[in-house]
Amino acid sequence: MKDTRHVVIIGNGISGVTCARQLRKLNAAVSITLISGESKYFFSRTALMYVFMGHMKFEHTQPYEPWFWKKNRIELIQDWVRDVDFEANKVFFQSGESLTYDELVMATGSKPNKFGWPGQDLQGVQGLYSKQDLETMEEQTKTGVKRAVIVGGGLIGIEMAEMLAYKKIPVTFLVREESFWNNILPKEESELVGRHIKEHHIELKLGTELKEIISDQNGHVKAVITSDGDEILCQFVGLTAGVTPNIDFLRETELEVNRGVKVDFYFKTNIPNVYAIGDCAEFHEAPAEDRRTIEQVWYTGRMHGETLAYTLNGNPTSYQPGVWFNSAKFLDIEYQTYGTVPPQWKKEFITSFYWEHKSGKVSFRMLMNKAGEILGVNNFGFRLKHEFFDQVIREKWKGEKVISKLEEANFDPEFFSPFYIEIQKAYNSQFGTEIRVAKKSFIQKLFGASA
Amino acid sequence: MKLIQKIGVLLFLIGIATFTVIPFVGKYSLQKTQVLEKTKEIHQEKMVEILAPLYGKEYSSNFSFLGEFNSNFNNYNDKLKSESLWDQVIWDDYSFPLAKVSLSSPVKDNPWLFFILSIGLAMLGGLLYNLPSYKDEPAGIKNNGIFHSSMKNRGWMGMITGAYLILFYIVLYWFPAYIVNLVAMVDPISLMLSGNPASQWFLYGLIYTIAILVMGIRMFRKYRGNKYQQLRTASVMFFQTAFAFLIPEILVLFNQPYFDFKNIWPLDYDFFYDYQIDTFLSGGGVGMFMLIWGILLIIIGVPVFTYFFGKRWYCSWVCGCGGLAETVGDPYRQLSDKSLKAWKYERVIIHGVLVLAVVMTALTIVNYFSGFGLLGNVTNQLHSFYGFAIGSAFAGVVGTGFYPFMGNRVWCRFGCPLAAYLGIVQRFKSRFRITTNGGQCISCGNCSTYCEMGIDVRWYAQRGQNIVRSSCVGCGVCSSVCPRGVLKLENDSEEGRINDLPIIIGNDSIKLNA
Repeated sequence: MKDTRHVVIIGNGISGVTCARQLRKLNAAVSITLISGESKYFFSRTALMYVFMGHMKFEHTQPYEPWFWKKNRIELIQDWVRDVDFEANKVFFQSGESLTYDELVMATGSKPNKFGWPGQDLQGVQGLYSKQDLETMEEQTKTGVKRAVIVGGGLIGIEMAEMLAYKKIPVTFLVREESFWNNILPKEESELVGRHIKEHHIELKLGTELKEIISDQNGHVKAVITSDGDEILCQFVGLTAGVTPNIDFLRETELEVNRGVKVDFYFKTNIPNVYAIGDCAEFHEAPAEDRRTIEQVWYTGRMHGETLAYTLNGNPTSYQPGVWFNSAKFLDIEYQTYGTVPPQWKKEFITSFYWEHKSGKVSFRMLMNKAGEILGVNNFGFRLKHEFFDQVIREKWKGEKVISKLEEANFDPEFFSPFYIEIQKAYNSQFGTEIRVAKKSFIQKLFGASA
Repeated sequence: MKLIQKIGVLLFLIGIATFTVIPFVGKYSLQKTQVLEKTKEIHQEKMVEILAPLYGKEYSSNFSFLGEFNSNFNNYNDKLKSESLWDQVIWDDYSFPLAKVSLSSPVKDNPWLFFILSIGLAMLGGLLYNLPSYKDEPAGIKNNGIFHSSMKNRGWMGMITGAYLILFYIVLYWFPAYIVNLVAMVDPISLMLSGNPASQWFLYGLIYTIAILVMGIRMFRKYRGNKYQQLRTASVMFFQTAFAFLIPEILVLFNQPYFDFKNIWPLDYDFFYDYQIDTFLSGGGVGMFMLIWGILLIIIGVPVFTYFFGKRWYCSWVCGCGGLAETVGDPYRQLSDKSLKAWKYERVIIHGVLVLAVVMTALTIVNYFSGFGLLGNVTNQLHSFYGFAIGSAFAGVVGTGFYPFMGNRVWCRFGCPLAAYLGIVQRFKSRFRITTNGGQCISCGNCSTYCEMGIDVRWYAQRGQNIVRSSCVGCGVCSSVCPRGVLKLENDSEEGRINDLPIIIGNDSIKLNA
């Protein structure tokens, strides 16, 4: 029998798009519609900063050319969804149009957190999440910004700081924590990033919160007042204290929501033919010990979409995340992490190995349990192979064995400094082991590559 | 911009302005004795007669002199052509040597002074601009503002630069007589190196080398902290200076054939032309060595090196065209077209040129060994067509002149027959690939944007697939600009080189049946 279902996906971010693509791969018959008010074509949200800084044009952030959607018979609708009638299986748009679905996927993403600060809706005050946010930011920073203040020390905060620095706008960065991103990063890594921020002449105010944003006579930001009572004159304020699920239009409907849309591990909501994936989904319980109930990362969004496509195709498939991984770039310093590395740990259960290069910009951390088995790694300033760590963490290799094979895990370009040699030496001296240290290759000797 | 950089830009512009004005200074006056000296014996009598109206007159510019020269010369030829007296037509172009010998100008009298004021100032300006760039900034690649730049995003500055380059190439290839002043200016350098006065090709080679060196220094600054980029830049600077520029000139000084040891057929399309073969065969042991070396590079060098290292060993480490693209052309790399449509055109055009070059060469060789009995002069027609359409128009005018419009690898991507040959080896029998790092790609598009060959790198990376493409020249910039450490150029085993993962690493939800 021909599959005549109509699957409608609200949101064309990485989760929605991956779901649509994967479903089309599995099922040639089903009709698929992708809805977005933000942008007709899928673009990479993570690349918005590069558009601002002139590294790319907006088109470059779109991973697929327009023909791709037609070829794969994925209908695109550019409109904002106003509300959903779950009984009639109908989506209503702001334009007044409506659309009937058989199955509905919520992939509506996030919006920047605003914690009720006085003045948070003034002109020149904004977060950075959507294409529209980028356009507003370009408009707001065009002229007359002598100083900007960024509130909240996460990944979007540091991206915004870098963007403003490109415009030569001096930045004051208010971070509530005592050290940068220390709710995710251990102390040494957090300090490493903090030093690098200062190296870029960005003023980092740690342990400082925003109290109030003050308006000029035109309703535009004029200054902020910090928790220390300092007044900082500024013409732009970036609010980057995290994001929250973008589901306001679903509140007070029969759909069960909390912070996000409540789902089980099949991404099913309380309504049988409605699903939610990506940033806007909230699991009833965390999908794994080291996971949260709301996963707001590019990679998890992709996996949600990938997994749900199987269920939509008729093979109920529950979400089972593998070994955790993530990455980011702090100004010039790249960061990758594999497995579980919490910001703090109990010494009686966990052993930590940490190495930092003398430049203070390259570091490696490995956590092990008491049996000496690897739990996870953080690496800054050099690149490590995903496949290698996915395997060794899954197979619970001993830390010593991991270090002895570290050369295989190296993913830095050819001729780069062989940091793994330094790391092996440091491990030997910290743990009294006798791991055979890798030798420099002929080419490395020839070109004087040293760590 | 720092003050010193502003001074650099100013000096550069003064240098370019002087260079542009130089062809128009001086006077031209032709004597009968000069005509006798510069023409072939069989043409002497006729040429002396044809040019008689010019003797003793003084022309105040290249245009007036060459106008008069051409009208007399063409009158003579056109008449013969209309009467179909083809064997009496003078096919040789004497305008360049005669313009050069009849020139008297301050440039010719003070070549060093004008050299310093033109090329010298441009060079100094370029260095003053490039050396202090990114000073006091932490190491890291900054593509800041590229798409906000009028120079690098097809704005008016890019348009002017492209137009200037195109004009330069047109004059160089087809109207060299108009720039004899510039050629005379570099005579002393040529005399030092090869013992011969300069030709327009010597002028071109000199500028080309200087441009690669100055912009190579820019590369060192731009890619601070990236050894791969710096080493490969040093490599192209070395091969251009030594192999393409100095060694051939010095060979001539020692009465050996002019030969670029790193140029490979079919990029070096005249390698098997009859006059080249004659040069090798009459060049004694050295000539013979050159012939054998050239053939070995084609049949062993290319496949073996490409098997182990990919085509990058040539295209972005050794080649002169690649050298210019990777240094002078680097600011324009983001302008290449990444669409699927462009890839389709690319495959047809570049392989078309390869077929053309192979057929032309095969005919040439067969004709040569049959003592020109087979095709007679037809191969010459073929040679002049190829030389005009591919060697000059495509490789030169479009290849370099279009940097600011279509990116820095137009020739290498759409035209170079050697790149096509290397690419076939790279695609089907090589250890080289760009490895994707598991599931770390965030589809940002930096890699695709900065791929000079117009490869949509992201298409593969976001699927966790390795990138294996015939056109990839292995410049490594995709890997350098990736913010998440996803891409790595490497030579590894052939097994698993081309991979197609049904599910990206990190998601255990879907079990695959092994």
